Amino acid sequence: MADKLNFDLVAPEARVFQGEVDMVVVPGSEGDFGVLAGHAPFMSTIRSGAIAIHDGADVRRTFIHGGFAEVTPAGLTILAEEAIDIADVDPAEVERQLTEAREDLGQARDEDETREAKNRIEKFEALLQTIAH
Amino acid sequence: MASLKELKNRINSVNSTKKITKAMQMVAAAKLRKAQDAAEAARPYAERMAAVMANLSTAMSGPDAPRLLVGTGKDDVRLLVVASADRGLCGGFNTNIVRMARERIAALTSEGKTVKILTVGKKGYEQLKRLHKDKIVDHMELKDVKKIDGAVAAQIGDKITALFEAGAFDVCEVISSEFVSVISQKPRAQTLIPARDAIDESVERPDLAGAIYEYEPDEEEILAELLPRYINTVILSALLENAAGEMGAKMAAMDSATRNAGELIDKLNLEYNRTRQAKITKELIEIISGAEAV
Repeated sequence: MADKLNFDLVAPEARVFQGEVDMVVVPGSEGDFGVLAGHAPFMSTIRSGAIAIHDGADVRRTFIHGGFAEVTPAGLTILAEEAIDIADVDPAEVERQLTEAREDLGQARDEDETREAKNRIEKFEALLQTIAH
Repeated sequence: MASLKELKNRINSVNSTKKITKAMQMVAAAKLRKAQDAAEAARPYAERMAAVMANLSTAMSGPDAPRLLVGTGKDDVRLLVVASADRGLCGGFNTNIVRMARERIAALTSEGKTVKILTVGKKGYEQLKRLHKDKIVDHMELKDVKKIDGAVAAQIGDKITALFEAGAFDVCEVISSEFVSVISQKPRAQTLIPARDAIDESVERPDLAGAIYEYEPDEEEILAELLPRYINTVILSALLENAAGEMGAKMAAMDSATRNAGELIDKLNLEYNRTRQAKITKELIEIISGAEAV
């Protein structure tokens, strides 16, 4: 087996994951990409979606919303605005929040509110899609 | 000498003060633990963010680098973001922050620079507005905020970024309290904008061993997204450390207040007992001399 990849997943409120894994598949803003140990230095923005952490036969999926992935010779770091463990998500609750966000978009008074509501819709849609898989 | 009743009243009132300060101390201790945990949990993100920024800023040094990163090229107008607590009764915590802010203002003014102030937190605002009301451009309070999180920091960060985009200032500094330990907080000033100076101050550049980064999308876009976030992150960690520091200072202040009240009660009790004894003796003498006279 090849070397392991040093992987860090941090959100503003907490360090979500840190450890050595085989591979991480990241939803980049211009397409998904997999990172293995020894990847060339690389930096990308992230769209909302699930990252898959492969370790042996184990695959752990975590939903992230917004952020950056940085690959250095030392390993992979993901700075996520928000990280949600998929096991913790209640689909009905997400549906409800999505409806709420859509309503807010309809009532948005200025540009900021519109953008904020769109951002939320995008997040919840991506989250629903992730759960469905 | 005060009468017995007066003394009794005083003892009672000091006693209830002691109870209050004791309760406040315990509340502060509980909140401190939470605030400390929050500040510690946010640290890895801030550290990684700074490291990523350091990498990027090394790569981006051309003339078209964003102004948030390299600054406006001038240093005429300074924005001081003074973050203090919303509540008092925490010893010298707010005063120390404000004193540092005043010193910075005096130093910058004597260098001929224009100073603008944005205060976060009520106490800092109240103390600064006496002397520098004309310089305060904006004020925010965190009183209604239950939990300090990314959204709060983003609110402040967006305000600062908007001011910068509007050309209201050239360099931005944040004055807040550094949480050294539970019993020690010291005020510090750190540069926020231009971000490059801030990074130079705080982060060692990682050794990339000559590796060339690939960017997706390109550097400008990444940087444009990353910079506001970086600013928000710096503000968030400043706010979290402030919150922890406030609770630490409050705990220490309330602890010494409780101890003072205890000492005062002891003294008053002694005086009360002496007065009571003197009164009894006096009454006895009166009775005896009265009996002798008969």
